[in-house]
Amino acid sequence: MVHAAKASHIGGCLSMADILAVLYTRILRVDPAEPQSPSRDRFVLSKGHATAIMYATLAECGFFSLTELDTYCRDGSIFTGHVSHAVPGVEVSTGSLGHGLPIAIGMALAACHAGAGSRVFCLLSDGECDEGSNWEGILFAPHHKLDNLCVVVDFNKIQSFGSVAEVLNLDPFAEKWKAFGWQVEEIDGHDLTALERVLSGVPAASGRPTVVIAHTVKGKGVSFMENKLEWHYRSPSDELLAQALAEVCA
Amino acid sequence: MRTTFIESLSQAASENPDIWLLCGDLGYSVLEPFAAKFPDRYLNVGVAEQNMAGIAAGIALSGKTVFIYSIGNFPTLRCLEQLRNDVCYHGADVKVVAVGAGYAYGSQGYTHHALEDAGIMSMLPGIEVFVPCDPMEVRAATGLIATSGKPSYLRLSRQGEPNLGAAVTNLRKPRILRDGRDVVILASGPIASRALEAAGELAGRGRDVGVVSVSCLKPLDEAAIRDAVRDASLVVTLEEHILRGGLFSLVAGLFAGDARRPPVTGLGIPEQGGKTSSAGSREALLDAAGLSAQAIVARIEQSLTKR
Repeated sequence: MVHAAKASHIGGCLSMADILAVLYTRILRVDPAEPQSPSRDRFVLSKGHATAIMYATLAECGFFSLTELDTYCRDGSIFTGHVSHAVPGVEVSTGSLGHGLPIAIGMALAACHAGAGSRVFCLLSDGECDEGSNWEGILFAPHHKLDNLCVVVDFNKIQSFGSVAEVLNLDPFAEKWKAFGWQVEEIDGHDLTALERVLSGVPAASGRPTVVIAHTVKGKGVSFMENKLEWHYRSPSDELLAQALAEVCA
Repeated sequence: MRTTFIESLSQAASENPDIWLLCGDLGYSVLEPFAAKFPDRYLNVGVAEQNMAGIAAGIALSGKTVFIYSIGNFPTLRCLEQLRNDVCYHGADVKVVAVGAGYAYGSQGYTHHALEDAGIMSMLPGIEVFVPCDPMEVRAATGLIATSGKPSYLRLSRQGEPNLGAAVTNLRKPRILRDGRDVVILASGPIASRALEAAGELAGRGRDVGVVSVSCLKPLDEAAIRDAVRDASLVVTLEEHILRGGLFSLVAGLFAGDARRPPVTGLGIPEQGGKTSSAGSREALLDAAGLSAQAIVARIEQSLTKR
């Protein structure tokens, strides 16, 4: 998709591929046949630039056919480069960072009020944790004991213009969330078993919202993309695409 | 206006269990009756307007009607992108209610003067914008937006504003506060009282002056505005807002393409620029901005001599 459309953001797509795979195959109670069911779980993609992997996941889950992905980023397509709620299965459009968590909190509040047992999962990038709006939400959710809310941070350590450590250091990251009152789980974000274990623990028995700090590798699975800032922007050539596919499929 | 709003909202919430109210830690001595009556649908989010707007969108996307309340620039400009993306782009049923229109928080200073909000909010796609001039219009506006199903902006002044005319029949249409045909003053917000005062003075000098409240800025009922000024040789707009983006811009834009159009004189608050703002009551600040009734009379007379 990214190659055909000459699009970008493949590095941040690959870092969260395992997270989406576990969420959509083992955790989320969503039904492609009834995507608007009031009692469904909600997934809010706050790092809205990571669309190729999001749309591919939804297609694999049956929300629409895989062939529709051929229109990705093409003229007239609903599959825009930042995630769009015009696409079946997508809850909200994001792209400007720092928007997803407050929306997810609102959904979690409404779900608590309705008593339907729905859970809300929200995926943040590490870079977007620079946004103050996220910290407004991080302060809010434990105060209101939103234990049906789970944030996953795709902590791949690279943001748009440099490493997280260099641009605006988040460490000690887990301690910050703990100090704000969250149930903190810190795992290898490519360990499928660990992902399933922590994500299936929602709602948290502690009565607190959960954050999963998923340590990931930007560009995971493709040797020449791994931990390379440039793959936030580049689109692979024909030759690099072939090499990447060979590595991923190996 | 604030009290009328909360009474009207409480009435609407009694009839509709899906109405919620969020505030950004403001509303002391105003919101308490709603909070007491509907504790599970009221939330003080804290001093965090971006979060409040996003949360409101999330609740609304779960099937609710959500009002958010704070002072002037805080639930509007502070969280503008959340309103654009999270609320308006999704068509979320969120109502932004700002108290302190124009100079209502007079002596509190520049940060608390809402001078650009109506124009900026009007630019958001799919939103409806209401600037009521008196408690009767506030009541009508609150009831209307509670059931409209659309993103909305309600711009309130503060308290003690008198009713300025007869009952409101349709808030979406201009409401005639004073009959008159030759000069028609279109006013939005409680500053309409100064239009009435100026019209009375002008009538004493033999002028035929009407005053019309335009509280629904978006969607503007263009046909009804045209009808209201059809015999006018001068149209005047009056607003407690800068001219750019407000009522004057809307009305001037409405007539811009007409071959025969009435002259439109815009009266509003000058842009502050880099100048510091003085302390003062709302009334004193409006006078200083050239919007005393006497100044309005003089500016209309001046425009009439140019006809």
